[in-house]
Amino acid sequence: MSELLDKITEKILRQIDGEGFRQKGAFNLRHNGISLCHGDSEHIKIKKKEDKQGIDIFIDGETKGEKVHIPVVVDASGMKDEVYNDFYIAGGAEVTIIAGCGIHNSGCNESRHDGIHSFHVGKGANVCYEEKHYGEGEGTGAKVLNPVTKIYLEEDAVFTLDTAQIKGVDSTVRKTDVELGENAKLYVIEKLMTHDSQTAQSDMEVQMNGAGSSAQIVSRSVAKGESKQVFHPRAVGNARCHAHVQCDSIIMDHAEVSSIPEINARHLDAAIIHEAAIGRINDEQLVKLRTLGMTEEEAEGIIIDNFLN
Amino acid sequence: MLEVKNLTFKVNENGVERSIVKNISFHVDDGEMLVITGPNGGGKSTLAKVLIGIEAADEGQIILDGEDITSYDINHRANAGIGFAFQQPPRFKGMTVSRLLSLAAGRQLKESECCSLLSRVGLCAQEYIKREVDSTLSGGEMKRIEIATVLAKRHKLCIFDEPEAGIDLWSFSMLIQQFEKIHNRKEESLILISHQERIIRMADRIMVIEDGKIGTLGEKEEILPQLLDKGDSCTCMNCEERA
Repeated sequence: MSELLDKITEKILRQIDGEGFRQKGAFNLRHNGISLCHGDSEHIKIKKKEDKQGIDIFIDGETKGEKVHIPVVVDASGMKDEVYNDFYIAGGAEVTIIAGCGIHNSGCNESRHDGIHSFHVGKGANVCYEEKHYGEGEGTGAKVLNPVTKIYLEEDAVFTLDTAQIKGVDSTVRKTDVELGENAKLYVIEKLMTHDSQTAQSDMEVQMNGAGSSAQIVSRSVAKGESKQVFHPRAVGNARCHAHVQCDSIIMDHAEVSSIPEINARHLDAAIIHEAAIGRINDEQLVKLRTLGMTEEEAEGIIIDNFLN
Repeated sequence: MLEVKNLTFKVNENGVERSIVKNISFHVDDGEMLVITGPNGGGKSTLAKVLIGIEAADEGQIILDGEDITSYDINHRANAGIGFAFQQPPRFKGMTVSRLLSLAAGRQLKESECCSLLSRVGLCAQEYIKREVDSTLSGGEMKRIEIATVLAKRHKLCIFDEPEAGIDLWSFSMLIQQFEKIHNRKEESLILISHQERIIRMADRIMVIEDGKIGTLGEKEEILPQLLDKGDSCTCMNCEERA
């Protein structure tokens, strides 16, 4: 059944669901700890868990090009929402999952959402998972998001993990664990922006267990104000595999960024590369954009937007 | 029309003041092409940086179409109508070629418009528009995209700092054609800083800068023969070109 959404919820949904959230097809909107509305499609069924908070999402092998929207909105100050979502994606399915969480905190208490997601991806399935995190609100209470993502890829499965922390999240600790089977492929694009005194930590471990598996991890971040970021991606090659880990950060003001890529080869034919770079906005970039007629502030904004996009 | 009056730019090196641009005066008429040449380290690129506002003049005046722009900063000079192509353009991680061209044009360009611009600088267009302006592009590709950013918009004055540097011969010929087209339209004034004989030959007037000062300035017919004579001793012309 279609629900009327309030203005705050609609605004947050616009931020975290770039595709445009609609109560159509397969979807589930979680609002302040309860499922506000949900729908199934022919090939995608969503079931509420009975033993704990969360949902199970079953995506059958006939799914081709379908999108599932499962956003979370928290706008009750002081709310601590912990949710377990498990995705079962059958072999051969092709699906895009659009998740994301937005917190509006107008009070003085901490609002927090911990989303624990697991993905069981069948043979040859192709999954794109998009997750945006966003915080807003005039209150002094912190906005905290701690996602845990576990991904299990069977033979020939492909998983694209596209995560972005747009702005306004005071504290985040992200944990991502991935296990790849034979010829499975993982693409990770992580974009993160922190400002003021926010903190962000991202720990990722990718275990390449199957022969021919591969991982490409690209992390881009911007740290402003007095914010602090720590990245620790770890790629482990247990078989013939290849991986490329790239972490780039722009540091501004009095921010602090630590990038600790770790690569671990446990097989003679494991080829793993990592690159990490942290630096301020290049003066030459600013000058070039200013010669196109932009102010320094406009140029800075464009450089950051493009870097993160 | 650009008028430059008694322009001086100094640097302070370990407490010692040194003039890089020394009391330079010249003008560029509407639709005119002025080629600035001279030995390396003579102050050509610094003069260009002072003209577009990257460096502030210590003395003198810069007047564009009657408007004194000497105190304008970089973006105000750009908005007043000056376009500039860097000798060594910066790279932008995450920015696509089409986005950069749209920013240069001041509006969202269609794919076909981006393709057309890139074709004008000798790049196989479709292949490039979605690529990032980052280290995956070669120096020559970067240079041609840089020139395309200036071609993306109509200016009163376009300044190209060594447009030939890092560009292969075939693309260079296409570039020459582009400069000729702009020049023939007589809608934009051009300043080209170059050591290339083919570029120097396109000029209406030539200005030779040596040691921060104007060595010679005059009509091409007058200056070019002098340069060609000097070229035998490799003072300012490209040696390979002369050979």
